[in-house]
Amino acid sequence: MRRRREECVKSNPLQAIGHGVLALFGAIGRLALFAFEATSHCVRPPLYPRLLLRQMVEIGFYSLPVVGLTGLFAGMVLALQSYTGFSRFSAESTIPTVVVLSITRELGPVLAGLMVAGRVGAAMAAEIGTMRVTEQIDALTTLSTNPHKYLIVPRLLGGFLMLPFLVLVADIIGVLGGYLVSVYKLGFNADTYITNTFEYLETMDVVSGLVKAAVFGYLIALMGCYHGFHSKGGAQGVGKATTNAVVTGAILVLIFNYIITEAFFAQ
Amino acid sequence: MSAPSSARAAHGANEPKIALRGLRKRFAGQVVLDGLDLEIGSGESVVVIGCSGVGKSVMLKCLLGLLHPDAGSVTIDGEELAGNRAAREAAMRRIGMLFQNSALFDSLPVWENVAFGLIQAQGMARREARDIAIETLAQVGLAEDSADLYPAALSGGMRKRVGLARAIATRPEIIFFDEPTTGLDPIMADVINDLIVACTRELGATTLTITHDMTSARKIADRIAMIHDGTIIWQGPAGEIDESGNAHVEQFINGRADGPIRLAVAADGRA
Ligand SMILES: Nc1ncnc2c1ncn2[C@@H]1O[C@H](COP(=O)(O)OP(=O)(O)OP(=O)(O)O)[C@@H](O)[C@H]1O
Ligand SMILES: [Mg+2]
Repeated sequence: MRRRREECVKSNPLQAIGHGVLALFGAIGRLALFAFEATSHCVRPPLYPRLLLRQMVEIGFYSLPVVGLTGLFAGMVLALQSYTGFSRFSAESTIPTVVVLSITRELGPVLAGLMVAGRVGAAMAAEIGTMRVTEQIDALTTLSTNPHKYLIVPRLLGGFLMLPFLVLVADIIGVLGGYLVSVYKLGFNADTYITNTFEYLETMDVVSGLVKAAVFGYLIALMGCYHGFHSKGGAQGVGKATTNAVVTGAILVLIFNYIITEAFFAQ
Repeated sequence: MSAPSSARAAHGANEPKIALRGLRKRFAGQVVLDGLDLEIGSGESVVVIGCSGVGKSVMLKCLLGLLHPDAGSVTIDGEELAGNRAAREAAMRRIGMLFQNSALFDSLPVWENVAFGLIQAQGMARREARDIAIETLAQVGLAEDSADLYPAALSGGMRKRVGLARAIATRPEIIFFDEPTTGLDPIMADVINDLIVACTRELGATTLTITHDMTSARKIADRIAMIHDGTIIWQGPAGEIDESGNAHVEQFINGRADGPIRLAVAADGRA
């Protein structure tokens, strides 16, 4: 069967494109069904508070160092770069605003999202994938426990709830990083820097970043769970699932970052 | 335990507890089950034997709905399970399953593995469930101090016994054992055989056991069935297995390399 398909593909490139397109739509359909099923379980009891708490700690607390460091250096380099550019136009006074807007609107959510996609998405895919190939997910079913509720829901909710928290922390540390570089290296006045930081900051800037974070958290967890849940074929399959989870998670973060930015600020 | 008897009374007394009819399953062109029929009466202990890779575990997974059969019907107490999610989920509450490779949850300690069905499906308090788990672990020959270990710290045979304890902890009325004695020493294997016999005789459970171990099969079976080429080629009371008159069965129980069953190994022994 497969051999025949390969022969067809060789003889007719159009067919190869057709197969590719069909496979793509098939994958999107499966993903949508999976997302729908898993999300609908989020609002139907029983829920597992103990597992949700564990995921929240796993995602929120243990990602703090990574996300904090990312935010710190992002804020620092932002201040430094803006200074080298803006000092040519004697526009140094805008640096606090540039830093805080860039961090809260874009860099905080996107960098935190990418780091979490690497850390948490990979861990979810590997754990659930291993459970799949060692039949632990089948065992859940035979013990009358819905694997979607038991494994997927706590992770989706955990990602959805904890990424905004992480991004808020990244925002604060990022602004702090900009402040440190500006005050101690570039010779800004500390009070003026802080006043300027908050002068042009609007609630919407922070809120849009947190909305992005919630969406990213959900998507990253969804990718980790989806690829883990459908992994097959032993250790190699789990490895592949992990890679796919991180890659698709990171790409979705970037795509949805654009979509949400457009929705918030396009007018 | 009152629900099953009323359910049994609801349909005819000679209706089988579990019935597989015309089960077909293929993987990527390889036919594994080819119209398999098997019936198991209430309270009966059936043992299925057959060569490695013949499809015994696949049959069990089709029965549990973990694999979707291509065709055929699976009924428990006369209710069709294939393609009926609600019925399958309801049936699952009355079923215990030991997986061939144990399939323990490696993020949970041993006792929580055993108590999983009690806590998650029956909503029992953790403390009470732990007591039952430790009691059940003792039945499979595991001491209380192993209860707090994680599955990764267990030997293969210990894992099998934890899997067994997990399968019977909820006292289900139907239990499936996929190779319960593989990887155990002969003495422990006999303890497990006795335990399975006790499950059927004392708890009145209906059991289906897959095994290669003929000593075990003779001990626990009321009836033995042999799978070959995707169907049951022989079945009969356990006592009659030595006079089956079937060349395949004779070759299998005597463990001979020559006979009607040809294994795909290199003939000159170079493998
Ligand atoms: N998920 C799967 N995908 C593809 N093929 C499979 C799958 N599961 C089982 N098979 C094939 O089905 C056949 C039967 O497998 P099964 O696990 O039922 O064997 P078995 O009778 O239980 O053997 P053993 O006694 O060694 O456990 C094997 O040839 C196997 O390759
Ligand atoms: Mg098997």
